[in-house]
Amino acid sequence: MQWEIVIGLEVHTQLSTSSKIFSGASTTYGAEPNTQADAVSIALPGVLPVLNKGAVERAIKFGLAVGAHIAPRSVFARKNYFYPDLPKGYQISQFDLPVVGQGALTIQVEPLSGNAKPYEKVVRITRAHLEEDAGKSIHGESQGVTGVDLNRAGTPLLEIVSEPDMRSADEAVAYAKTLHSLVRWIGICDGNMQEGSFRCDVNVSVRRPGEPLGTRREIKNLNSFKFMQQAIDYEVQWQIDTLESGGKIHQATILFNPDTGETRAMRSKEDAHDYRYFPDPDLLPLDITPLMLEQVRATLPELPQAKRERYVANYALSPNDANALTASKEISDFFEGAHKSLWSQGVGTLTSPETPSAEAYAAQVCNWVTGEVSAQLKRDGLDMAQCPIIPEQLSSILKRIADGTISNSAAKDVFRTMWSEGGDTDAIIEAKGLKQVSDSGAIEKIVDEIIAANADKVAEYRSGKDKLFGFFVGLAMKASKGKANPAQLNEVLKRKLAG
Amino acid sequence: MLNSSLQQIGSALRARKISSVELTQLYLDRVAALNPALNAYITTNAGLSLAQAREADAQLANGKAQGLTGIPIAQKDIFCAKDWRTTCGSKMLENFIAPYDAHVIELFNKAGAVNLGKTNMDEFAMGSSNETSHFGTVKNPWNRSAVPGGSSGGAACAVAARLCAAATGTDTGGSIRQPAALCGISGIKPTYGTVSRYGMIAFASSLDQAGPMARSAEDLALLLNVMSGFDERDSTSLQRDKEDYARDLNKPLAGLRIGLPKEFFAEGLAQDVAGSVNAAIAEYQKLGATIVDISLPNSRLAVPVYYVLAPAEASSNLSRFDGVRYGYRAPEYSDLADMYEKSRAQGFGAEVKRRIMIGTYVLSHGYYDAYYLQAQKIRRLIAQDFTDAFRQCDVIMGPTSPGTAFNLGEKGDDPVQMYLSDIYTIAVNLAGLPGMSIPCGFGASDMPVGLQIIGNYFAEAQMLNVAHQYQLATDHHDRAPQNIGL
Repeated sequence: MQWEIVIGLEVHTQLSTSSKIFSGASTTYGAEPNTQADAVSIALPGVLPVLNKGAVERAIKFGLAVGAHIAPRSVFARKNYFYPDLPKGYQISQFDLPVVGQGALTIQVEPLSGNAKPYEKVVRITRAHLEEDAGKSIHGESQGVTGVDLNRAGTPLLEIVSEPDMRSADEAVAYAKTLHSLVRWIGICDGNMQEGSFRCDVNVSVRRPGEPLGTRREIKNLNSFKFMQQAIDYEVQWQIDTLESGGKIHQATILFNPDTGETRAMRSKEDAHDYRYFPDPDLLPLDITPLMLEQVRATLPELPQAKRERYVANYALSPNDANALTASKEISDFFEGAHKSLWSQGVGTLTSPETPSAEAYAAQVCNWVTGEVSAQLKRDGLDMAQCPIIPEQLSSILKRIADGTISNSAAKDVFRTMWSEGGDTDAIIEAKGLKQVSDSGAIEKIVDEIIAANADKVAEYRSGKDKLFGFFVGLAMKASKGKANPAQLNEVLKRKLAG
Repeated sequence: MLNSSLQQIGSALRARKISSVELTQLYLDRVAALNPALNAYITTNAGLSLAQAREADAQLANGKAQGLTGIPIAQKDIFCAKDWRTTCGSKMLENFIAPYDAHVIELFNKAGAVNLGKTNMDEFAMGSSNETSHFGTVKNPWNRSAVPGGSSGGAACAVAARLCAAATGTDTGGSIRQPAALCGISGIKPTYGTVSRYGMIAFASSLDQAGPMARSAEDLALLLNVMSGFDERDSTSLQRDKEDYARDLNKPLAGLRIGLPKEFFAEGLAQDVAGSVNAAIAEYQKLGATIVDISLPNSRLAVPVYYVLAPAEASSNLSRFDGVRYGYRAPEYSDLADMYEKSRAQGFGAEVKRRIMIGTYVLSHGYYDAYYLQAQKIRRLIAQDFTDAFRQCDVIMGPTSPGTAFNLGEKGDDPVQMYLSDIYTIAVNLAGLPGMSIPCGFGASDMPVGLQIIGNYFAEAQMLNVAHQYQLATDHHDRAPQNIGL
């Protein structure tokens, strides 16, 4: 009998403000312990929180990006518990009145397993609320002593809670990836998962289709998509095995151990805290005016979903290509930058000299961005933000293909040289002698020589063996050292071979 | 000099009749002589005080003096003051040297005042008799076997015994007004948000408000001018134009409508207190005021509501005292939980622990709606009572406390009796209104009686005027206790 997997996510995103959510202390990652812990971060007696407006703007921005209701009035509450890295003995969070209400995120699911086809799905977002991060307890640096680093204490977080809408690890990972891309896209979070800027808690349960939701267990603090996939796969199997062998699932918080690939219970519901939430009397309710909403809306960039649709509609790109080009803001910026630059140079179309077409340019730029550029990035272990080539450089290469100066293969040579050494397209073409031969006399001469030297093959071709055409093209290209204009070469070869 | 007003002291300093160092030393000598008996101060630091006095003298010498320059002011030990031990009356902070100044301290420093020392108080401001202080009880200078009131008992004692020119206090449920009444001095708790809470160790954030304590309303006005003002570090600080609280001091009172809530004169009020308060009201009528009978029907719920809300906030506010980063840590413990438990069990006194437990209880799952939420609703009703009352009158008057100072130890075993000594003051904090107490006579055993004046929001200048006119017509506020070496 089948089991249905039910997954919901709670994602903690660190907001990219330069100072903390309730004080002016810096949020820079990686400083010496406690050098960014001011009086508020340490929770000295008498200090008070003052809300960072930048954190509120980022929360609103997220809410608008997922089409959510932004609460005109939300309330900060205290979540009370004792822990050494929680200096006040309570975390300032939002409880029953969060700043962002219900929204939705469209995800593209590309199943890793089986032959399932990619599909689109809408995941509902329950809420997103502002809160402060805790510090860090550092165990084991010296014998028998735990250190406390409060640099992170008070870093602004937006906790984004989804509905239990996901039905597979693939969907959960696709949701997390889409969310990860979105928060970076709209510039509210740097998305650095190693540094803990984007941390996922995954609620997993299984049930028989049509039955009520099963008991969930929450996998805490996953900071890589790979681990998320592994953790869910393991947990799902564990729950199914437990149920099928007659056991029961108990609500629990669990941790994933990447070394063993297993999940393990951290605490059960029985030891759950009573957090004694109540409105923080040190902070006024957060009122968001329609004006503020509009001001934030004006700073919102075109969103990935809208871009994908536009790329398909306006440029006739495939949905797959559109997805690849909108994987991050940097990639789409690069694509659009190169496309715009090529278009504005007014070069004749790539496919037809008569009618320059945005579509044709887009296809060409897309091929290069998803092909050569991303391959080189991957090879060098870089992401688009670190790309050594700017869009205008790529378009200057494509322009030289379009105007017939260089061939596609020569263009790759130029591109790779530019990637590793920098430089100007025309200078590289000149220095490496990559200019295409478009002199029809020179091409005819090469073709004549080839025909003369390969009489047997010419005879075969003329007797109907069309496939040999490629052989001749290859010889001619080789003879021209790759510089022959392919279109011209084809035309001359065809004519001369025909006899 | 010891009986002079702040204005007179300021004039004497500016006229160079006395230097700030001399004046500061005079008070320090008095504290050295009298504090062993009265215990009004937890900490004095002659080095720090005299350094400020010398700075003040330099300013006085080059004509840059302001109203308070060079005047020694006692600071309640709830305000963090850089380099000063700041204990909040607790063993928990017995060795805590504050690394920064509270906004109130900054303002006094900027005004050139001298910090004369940190006054005794109930532990974390929880108490009405100063008996919960870890640093021993404060004695009432009028009768040393009686309490001074609390929680600002040290401040009230210091002002009454002429151990400072004036003092600061804080008032969460009556902690300025009740000790002022019991020690025969004047004190005002301004509208919530008037004085920044930054650097003032929190008891119940939505109720805590600092204010001045002094020998006259006139002095209070000068002090409030210094202490008040917007502070962006306190989100509940009010962004209003700076005002001069002394501007209306000399207005005549003709036509003033005084509301007398019947609930404040009902059962539980001591006869001697009622007598003095009624005499004061008769005096006001002579000054041209008219009397309006009013009712504050929900005020009877103020004490129970307060003892839900204040402990709820306190239970959370005091969580930071965990032995991890500063403050008391138990010398021996087995693990983290044990360290928390022992440090807090040993570092906090009985009353603080009682309130933490009450607060934790009322916020707990399953009780929150019945207690905390319900109390918040009643709090609104209490505030609404005042709004309705102020449609009929300009100020509200009544007793500050139901009796004069009771004896040390008298109510120690009965927290509810102790809580009831704030029965007339607490509603004012719940509503966020300004309230003050001024001396209005002496009761059966010749102990001071306080008259409470409650104003509408931001009516401090009017209230100070009302108090000042009374003090021009009477001399209760000028009387000093015996045996204070005058």
